[in-house]
Amino acid sequence: MASVSEILIAFFIVCGGLFGLVGSFGLIKLRESMQRLHGPTKATTLGIGCVLIASMLYALLVKDTVSFHELLITLFLFLTAPITANFVAKTYIIRNIKEDDLPGSQSEYGWSVYDDPPPTKGE
Amino acid sequence: MISRLIPHPLLSITLTLVWLGLVNKVTPGNLLLGAIFGLVVPMITAPYWPDQPTLRRPLVVVRYILVALSDIVVANVQVALMIAFKPNANFKSRWITVPLELTSPEAITVLAGTITMTPGTLSAMLSADASSILVHCLHTEDPEGEVANIKQRYERPLKEIFE
Repeated sequence: MASVSEILIAFFIVCGGLFGLVGSFGLIKLRESMQRLHGPTKATTLGIGCVLIASMLYALLVKDTVSFHELLITLFLFLTAPITANFVAKTYIIRNIKEDDLPGSQSEYGWSVYDDPPPTKGE
Repeated sequence: MISRLIPHPLLSITLTLVWLGLVNKVTPGNLLLGAIFGLVVPMITAPYWPDQPTLRRPLVVVRYILVALSDIVVANVQVALMIAFKPNANFKSRWITVPLELTSPEAITVLAGTITMTPGTLSAMLSADASSILVHCLHTEDPEGEVANIKQRYERPLKEIFE
C-alpha cells in the first residue's frame, strides 16, 4: 500500500512542478507586461495547489496525521494573489497607458485611476 | 446586547477556525484561545467594518466555491498549454469592460478576486463610481462572450449570495 500512496504523492508533486515551470516560462516568453501578469497569478496557483495537495496526502497517508496548514496557505494565497495582481496592473496602467487606449467604463464616471469618485452621501 | 458582543459572527467563526488551523491541533485550550480571539478581534476592529455583509443562501456559496475551483483547474490547464505551445504573435490580448450589477463592496471584491484567479482574465481596475470593472484578457476571440460568461457564471450567484 505504501507504494500506491507514494505514486499518488509523487504525481501531485510532479504536476505542481510542471505548472510552476510553465507559469515561470510565461514570464520569459510573453512580450507585454499585462500578459506576463497572467503567469504568476494563474498557472502558479495550480502549481502551488498541487504541491499542497501532495503535502496533505503525505501527512494523511504516510504520517497518519491531519494537517490544516495547507488549507490556510490556500486561503491566504487566494486572498493575496488577486490584490497583488491588481496593484501591479494599476501601477502599469498609471505609468504606461493613456485613458483613450482603454475601453470606456460605460458609466458617467471614468476609470478610478483617471477620475475622482462621486461625492459620498452625507458630505 | 448580543450584537454588541459579537458584531460579526461570521468573522468570529472564521478567526477561530483559522487559529485552530494555525496551531494545527484541536485541543480544548486551543479552542478556548481561538474563541477568545474570535470575540476580541471583531470587537476591536468593529469601527472598520461599518456594514456587515449578510450571507444568504449557504448552498449557493458552496456551489459558487465548487464552480470557481473547477474553473480554476480546467482553465489553468488551458492557459498552461497556451503559454507552452502558442506562438506569441497569435495571442489576442485585449481589455474588456464588464458592467456591474453588484453594489455591495464585499461582493465586488469577491468578484474581482474570482476574475483574477480564473485564468485568462485579470481584473485591473474599477470605474470611479464602482459601476463597472476593467478586465484584461490574455487571449480571447469573443470579447462579448467573455463578458457574458463572467456576468452569468460569477456575478449572478454573487448577487444571490450578497444582495
